[in-house]
Amino acid sequence: MPILWLRVALGFYAIGLLYALVALTRRGGLMNKLAVPAMGVGMIFQFVALTEAIVSSGQLTLASVHHSESLLALLIMAAFLIVYGVYGTTSPGIVVFPLVFLLTFVSATGQQPFLLTSGVMSKRWLFAHIAMIFAGYAGLFLSFSASLLYLIQEHNLKAKKPSGIFGRLPALEVIDEIGFRSLLLGFPFMTLGLILGTVVAQATYHKIDVLDPKILLSFLMWLVYLLLVYTRWSAGWRGRRAAYLATGAFAAAVVAWAANYFSAIHRFVQS
Amino acid sequence: MNLQLIGVNHKTAPVEVRERLAIPESRLAEAMKQLMQHPGVDEGMILCTCNRVEILAQTKNGSGDLHAFLEKYFHIEPSQFEPHLYEYREREAIQHLFRVAASLDSMVVGEPQILGQVKEAYATARAVGAVYSQLDLLLTRSFAVAKRVRTETSVGSSAVSVASVAVELAKKIFGSLKGKHVCLVGAGKMSELAARHLQAHGAASIFVANRTYERAVQLAAKFNGQAIRFSDIYDSCDRADIVISSTGAPVAIFRREHGERFLARRKNRPMFFIDIAVPRDVDPEMNKLDGIFVYDIDDLQQAVASHVADRQKEAERAEAIIEGEVDRFLARLQTLDVVPTIVSLQDHLETIRQAEIDRVRGRLGPLTPEQEMAIEALTRGIVNKIMHTPISTLKTAAKESEATTVVDVVRRLFNLQDREKAAKSGDGN
Repeated sequence: MPILWLRVALGFYAIGLLYALVALTRRGGLMNKLAVPAMGVGMIFQFVALTEAIVSSGQLTLASVHHSESLLALLIMAAFLIVYGVYGTTSPGIVVFPLVFLLTFVSATGQQPFLLTSGVMSKRWLFAHIAMIFAGYAGLFLSFSASLLYLIQEHNLKAKKPSGIFGRLPALEVIDEIGFRSLLLGFPFMTLGLILGTVVAQATYHKIDVLDPKILLSFLMWLVYLLLVYTRWSAGWRGRRAAYLATGAFAAAVVAWAANYFSAIHRFVQS
Repeated sequence: MNLQLIGVNHKTAPVEVRERLAIPESRLAEAMKQLMQHPGVDEGMILCTCNRVEILAQTKNGSGDLHAFLEKYFHIEPSQFEPHLYEYREREAIQHLFRVAASLDSMVVGEPQILGQVKEAYATARAVGAVYSQLDLLLTRSFAVAKRVRTETSVGSSAVSVASVAVELAKKIFGSLKGKHVCLVGAGKMSELAARHLQAHGAASIFVANRTYERAVQLAAKFNGQAIRFSDIYDSCDRADIVISSTGAPVAIFRREHGERFLARRKNRPMFFIDIAVPRDVDPEMNKLDGIFVYDIDDLQQAVASHVADRQKEAERAEAIIEGEVDRFLARLQTLDVVPTIVSLQDHLETIRQAEIDRVRGRLGPLTPEQEMAIEALTRGIVNKIMHTPISTLKTAAKESEATTVVDVVRRLFNLQDREKAAKSGDGN
């Protein structure tokens, strides 16, 4: 059943995806009105799917990639909705919607490669660890999206064509603010999530292998994240430099995610 | 409706002709009074802006000769203005008025001032009693149409002048202009205008630098701003989010190295340079710095031009709206027209009178011509006395907004609609 809800959610997210594509080509009036409500309905279905999955299995099984991607999509959408509520702009959707679609797509169609088996550790703590890291990811990704929009808008203004295809983008400083705020919002989550992960791992394995690729990459990602916040805070780095850094942090995050496949600690499949 | 409109505008007449026909605002009321005294004119209004002079009149049975009025009022030969004159009647006149009010006939399509000018002319005309009935309806309708065009199309949404383009660009960069600081380098009319626009949109403070310090102080006083010495600009300009430069300097005052210094001090917060000077005050190289946006006069004018093109597209949609509104207005006028109702009321009572006479004549036997005349006079007298009040009520109503209701009531009381229809279908057979 959860998989069905998830697929329904996917259907609604497809409308958002379409919006993102249309926004690139012309100022779609209908899509503008449709996208946010459709994505909202999609979120509801996704939430139902996730809850049902957790309830039916009787435990927090979030650590399976299958559900975690879905949760990540949900959190990213939530972050997007907060921005939408505060700034009334759907522009970040151009970047956010396709990713949400992709994550949900993978989770709705993919197999379940990982199973949570480490029965020793507290499942609640693990859940908190994952949720926080993902909230951090969501903030980071939104900031990354904002950086891209910033670059587009900056380019438009420099090229003296501020009313082109992207004529409806928010003002440059507003985009910048969205990016910085989501960064600030995501950072504490990411930090706490990593600390929590370390504590849980410590409790489970009684030692932490610092050279484990997952841990190494996660730490690297956190460092880039920190650098991003710091440069923006102290030197006001924005635009191109901020976009490069955000891309770096985001790439590190993706690699850290992929490292699940190589990490000894983070492997949930019993070998 | 006997509506006439004649006039000249920027498209049909060169400025030499328009200025011969221009009426200063102070004399407009007087001119409208004279128009009212012109033979055949029932109601009238004169619209006079720098781009157009138009006379709109409701005439008695279409008789008034507005050409003659122009000739008489301005004391000029018809040959001097006739070739440039346009003339519309009835439907076309309504359409023209709607287009003017909605700013579709303007030099810069969509500019907002024209509606205000039409409203002023209307107010003047009303004050002198030159507009009171049908023209009143028509003009108030034209304001509603203009508003509709403005809200339903984006004809009026884009900025026009260089100054408002500057504001629009500043908003693209900063979002809101609240709390933003503006620096004027060099005092010129255009930069002053731009600063005024920015201030109107919420810019917090304005400081002025000029080679002649006294001039800077003068200008700063106008904006409640602050004057700074010209030699201090490199130290002070980083405080400004928007710099408007318009000096007569032969070489650029702001160069790349200055921009880099500003950015460092501002922690890379964006800066917007509006360069109105020719030759340019801001080195185009500055535009290559991250976070600095430089627009020179050509860029601004290009933005203005692209807006004009956009507007043209929207104007087509606006034309369609106006077409529909003209139809609606005409339909409404028809119900407003009391004459047909009066005629059919008279016909109706006359038919009754004749029928009644015919009915009693048989019973009266042969009558002398004097008796015939007496009966005729008696019945006619009764009918006329009864009809007097309804007809005068209808005639007064025609000049008020309640005409539709009164016409409707009279028609229902005497069952006139059905009669007319019956008569019409009778004619058809």
